[in-house]
Amino acid sequence: MAKITLKSYEFRREREGTWRELEELVRRAEKRGLKVLSAAELLRLPHLYRATMSSLSVARAISLDQNLLSYLESLCARGYFIVYGANAGFLDGLKRFLAEGFPGAVRHVRYHVLAAALLMAVGIFAAHMLVSSDSDWFYTIVGESMAQGRTPTATTEELREVLFDDDKPAAQMLQLFATFLFTHNASVGMFSFALGFALGLPTALLMLYNGLIIGALSALYASRDLSVELWGWLSIHGTTELLAIALCGGAGLHIASGILFPGVHGRLETLARNGRRAGVIVIGSVLMFFVAGLLEGFGRQLVTDTAARYTIGGAALLCWMLYFWRAGRVRDHG
Amino acid sequence: MARSAALRLPSISRTSGRRLRRLTTPEGVSFSVELADRGERLGAVLIDLAIMIALLIATTLTLAWAFSQTGLGGIGLSLFLLSFFLLRNFYFTFFELRWHGATPGKRLIGIRVADRNGGRLVHGAVFARNLMRELEMFLPIMLLFSGQGWADNAWIELLTWVWILIFLLIPFFNKDRLRIGDIVGGTWVITAPRHELRSDVVDKSAAPPVPAATAGGRAVAFTRAQLDIYGIYELQTLERVLRDKGPNAAETQKAVADRIIKKIQWDGDPATRPRAFLDAFYAALRQELETRMLFGERRESKDDVKRP
Repeated sequence: MAKITLKSYEFRREREGTWRELEELVRRAEKRGLKVLSAAELLRLPHLYRATMSSLSVARAISLDQNLLSYLESLCARGYFIVYGANAGFLDGLKRFLAEGFPGAVRHVRYHVLAAALLMAVGIFAAHMLVSSDSDWFYTIVGESMAQGRTPTATTEELREVLFDDDKPAAQMLQLFATFLFTHNASVGMFSFALGFALGLPTALLMLYNGLIIGALSALYASRDLSVELWGWLSIHGTTELLAIALCGGAGLHIASGILFPGVHGRLETLARNGRRAGVIVIGSVLMFFVAGLLEGFGRQLVTDTAARYTIGGAALLCWMLYFWRAGRVRDHG
Repeated sequence: MARSAALRLPSISRTSGRRLRRLTTPEGVSFSVELADRGERLGAVLIDLAIMIALLIATTLTLAWAFSQTGLGGIGLSLFLLSFFLLRNFYFTFFELRWHGATPGKRLIGIRVADRNGGRLVHGAVFARNLMRELEMFLPIMLLFSGQGWADNAWIELLTWVWILIFLLIPFFNKDRLRIGDIVGGTWVITAPRHELRSDVVDKSAAPPVPAATAGGRAVAFTRAQLDIYGIYELQTLERVLRDKGPNAAETQKAVADRIIKKIQWDGDPATRPRAFLDAFYAALRQELETRMLFGERRESKDDVKRP
């Protein structure tokens, strides 16, 4: 038979060792993660990966062996995922998320958040006006189950009781309450993010609706001259919670603006960017809901002095504002 | 050109060409990835949902048992609510973050999530694509279970279902099979097939001492004109035929050999074994085509005729 003088064959003989080595490392890393590789192997990995990438380029130019080409492509893909897929450890990632990722994203969408907050304010104002003029509106806006006895038919004493519950419930009830509120609010927040995809209209409606409920309650309590107490009761956790709701609404609107106003990069690209930012914001909001849940479940039943409640609420709001304003900003502008 | 019914060439998956996408790495090299097909994705999601439900049941039972022993009912209920919430909302997010785009279901099926631009899969992308599941999966499921009349208005109900249907059908209407979670996160779902490196076909024909290919001991040879007929596509088809180890391999090889002999009008020894003929032809054709490739001339197939 004629002697084999295929360049591709020679090329393969030279480089096959490298590929096999990479394949072995990749196989082990795929199974158990990068931590199973020794330090020496970790140092070798990028070198092998680059060498295999270059082999792929060469093979495409000089070889027609389909099996070899498929093998190199798949090996390069697997190596790529291993080399570029590694993320920082969980704690580092969390630190960076809290220190830069979350606040930075919020700063980016501040106008959308403002819009969401405005919608809520409109809702509050509108419902307050409506219910003040005609208390039947209360039933339309606030469903029976959500009212939990706080309706226009309740006596002033009953309403006051809700605000300052004197018999201390057992510790478990506090936890249950807090947990339920946390999960409920977080779900609403995540839902308003997802609704942003429906061009933002449902998100806007959700913000309005939130405002309406608060407005109706405030009108009810105002009619019994319990306004100040009500807002104190709300503000312990409410500043955090309302801020988080506004953030989620802003995130949803940000997605909608990605669809409606794509800008230079085109719709898909803009949507992807906006979506990621919005995703970061919503996950941060879930954490805020958790904090609000703690404040609500424990603080609200344990702290009964109205002035103290206002102080706590105000302090919380101030802290959040400072956090979003300053955290993660690049110091020098030179 | 009619193909005989008995001839079953290993199928060249032409369809996979439609599903291939280019991914360019930061080094500037691009390789192809294959999009996962919808059946695979559906299967992975179903497996994940099953695991989620199983975990939920296990958690419920454990909590119920633990707190029946110690009698702290309220805390049990809180923990249950919390674990339900965490499982439902963060199962996918947790796994896709931890395993770089794979969940248990996806791993079993062999697919994974990747960034569409070839970059790293960032946190925001994982968050975004999984938060969208609220709309796509959980909302319809909840609505289905809540029965009739959850909205006061039948029109609102209808409208909601129309929206939901639109979201569910979006993967069928775009070429990259993106669901709305993928659109918002900038990701897509690809398969990660593993190819094994088999020995070079050319290698086989050289290594073992081959009994004389022909009765007269002459080597199987071809003229330049005979090697000029086929292109790369035929070469790679031939490679597949030669690698095939199935039950009909010998039959296929004989049929292919006969066809080639006829086409190139080979006038060598008719007693040559088909396998030996094919091995020799493959080696010669590959050498010819690769040499031409080095000079920048790629002949894609026998119909690819570029005469100056």
